[in-house]
Amino acid sequence: MTATTVPAITTEAEPVRRTARPIPTTRLVTVELRKMFTTRSGFWMLVSVGILTPISAGSLLVFGLDSEVTYQNFVRASGFPMSVILPIIAILAVTSEWSQRGGLTTFTLVPSRGRVIGAKAISTLLVGLGAVALAFAVGALGNVVGSALAGVDTVWDISLFMALQVVLYNLVGVAFGFTLGVVLRNSAAAIVGYFIVSLVLPGILGLLAQVRSWFEDLQPWIDGNYTQVALLEGATNTGREWALLGSTTTIWIVVPLVVGLLSLRRSEVK
Amino acid sequence: MITVESLTRRYAGFTAVDNVSFTAEPGRVTGFLGPNGAGKSTTMRVMVGLTAPTSGSATIDGVRFADLPNPGLEVGVLLDASAQHAGRTGREILTIASDTMGLPRTRVEEMIELVSLTPTEAKRRVRNYSLGMRQRLGIATALLGDPKVLILDEPANGLDPAGIRWMRDLLTGFASQGGTVLLSSHLLHEIEVIADDLVVIGNGKIVASGSKEELLAAAGTLARSTTPRDLAHALEQAGIPSTLAGDGSLRTDADPARVGEVALTAGIALTELRSAEGAGLEDMFLSLTADTQREGVAA
Repeated sequence: MTATTVPAITTEAEPVRRTARPIPTTRLVTVELRKMFTTRSGFWMLVSVGILTPISAGSLLVFGLDSEVTYQNFVRASGFPMSVILPIIAILAVTSEWSQRGGLTTFTLVPSRGRVIGAKAISTLLVGLGAVALAFAVGALGNVVGSALAGVDTVWDISLFMALQVVLYNLVGVAFGFTLGVVLRNSAAAIVGYFIVSLVLPGILGLLAQVRSWFEDLQPWIDGNYTQVALLEGATNTGREWALLGSTTTIWIVVPLVVGLLSLRRSEVK
Repeated sequence: MITVESLTRRYAGFTAVDNVSFTAEPGRVTGFLGPNGAGKSTTMRVMVGLTAPTSGSATIDGVRFADLPNPGLEVGVLLDASAQHAGRTGREILTIASDTMGLPRTRVEEMIELVSLTPTEAKRRVRNYSLGMRQRLGIATALLGDPKVLILDEPANGLDPAGIRWMRDLLTGFASQGGTVLLSSHLLHEIEVIADDLVVIGNGKIVASGSKEELLAAAGTLARSTTPRDLAHALEQAGIPSTLAGDGSLRTDADPARVGEVALTAGIALTELRSAEGAGLEDMFLSLTADTQREGVAA
């Protein structure tokens, strides 16, 4: 033993446990996914997607004309309920931290709010993707059964490009719900806001376009519903159409989301 | 150890926490007292990073709470037992917290047992919990990560007498194993029994802090006699100011030995003579925070 090996006696009572490792993002995403569905409201949202999807596809089977028995129609039918419910799931994933005050625990366990919100964003998009996959699967099943029952040829009329647009359609819807949640941070206000923007606003904008001709050219650039429908129909093909989508996405999602995130990171959690 | 240094939090036109500094030492229970709206909860929220300080800092073992890699393993926090998603079951809330910290699920069952929630209760949604059950759940969440520091805001609220006793033993045991406990409460008797150190806050400012013995010693002496007026007179003769309470007891800042001496010299029989500790904390609390009380209690 030489003197040089003697440890310096400047022990500033250095922390007993500095061994704790940072919480990995994958774990946060898993936890946020779980949180979405272990509340009573989340559970019933999930159940309603599970119930309404086959019902919606089945109704096409029962009431649809033979000429309507196509894959496209089945996917659209089975995807309809989730296109309404998914944004609400996204809203609640964010707002429950404030409205139900779960944030008090969440943000003391993970002080970085950016990471929590990021994990929520990833998990809502994953749920969105999962739901669209379900819609395609149920749609395919309906198409096979439907064409067999109607005695017509099974029509697979969805190209990969169109399928991608349908996926994007749902993800944009989820992203919009998420944005509303981040901006308003209140479940009731965000859900009301969601229905106003998706049900009431398109009508007002359409009316405005009819009575004011200068607005007619402007409408597609600011009407999120217009570009959304184009996506659902797989009709977003030209550069102009993608530019329209970019414009409405910037207005309704990107800008409010950035503003909402900035205020969310500074706001007090009570 | 919790260190709060020159902490200030201002809101538009109002200072909730004004240049507050104190420490909560390991191995001790520190009681955090103050009237409603004095700034206790704001201070605690700043400590755990839920509210940003206007200036100053709060650290846990020298590290800002927000910089702890996995805070749940180092600091157990219970700020508001009702701040839970009402639509989740008690067990689910613990499972989520435990998953976030990366603990094994067995820990959840251990905690449910520790806070005496029955398996049936753990399966119920928090919406249907009583305040006491929510407190137990909150304490379970705080203890989940086996932390070395506890920050608890009014944890005894809503607990039944057995629960309060249990909580007291739990916190005393926690501190005796070297843990740091900071707890706020309005239940002065509770604090008096459990706390080693006290920090009293009023209108956002610290009005007193120190060990319980130090602070309560300042509360003086309580004496009773069959002839309280004579005793008061005798004390006055000896140059000791005293106040005569309605119940015939007499309070003074002098220590008990001196009061006994005076009584003996004056030939007055005392029926009670003790350090005014029993009611001391309440009196101390009221007099220290008199300026800040809503009811305007005379100091």
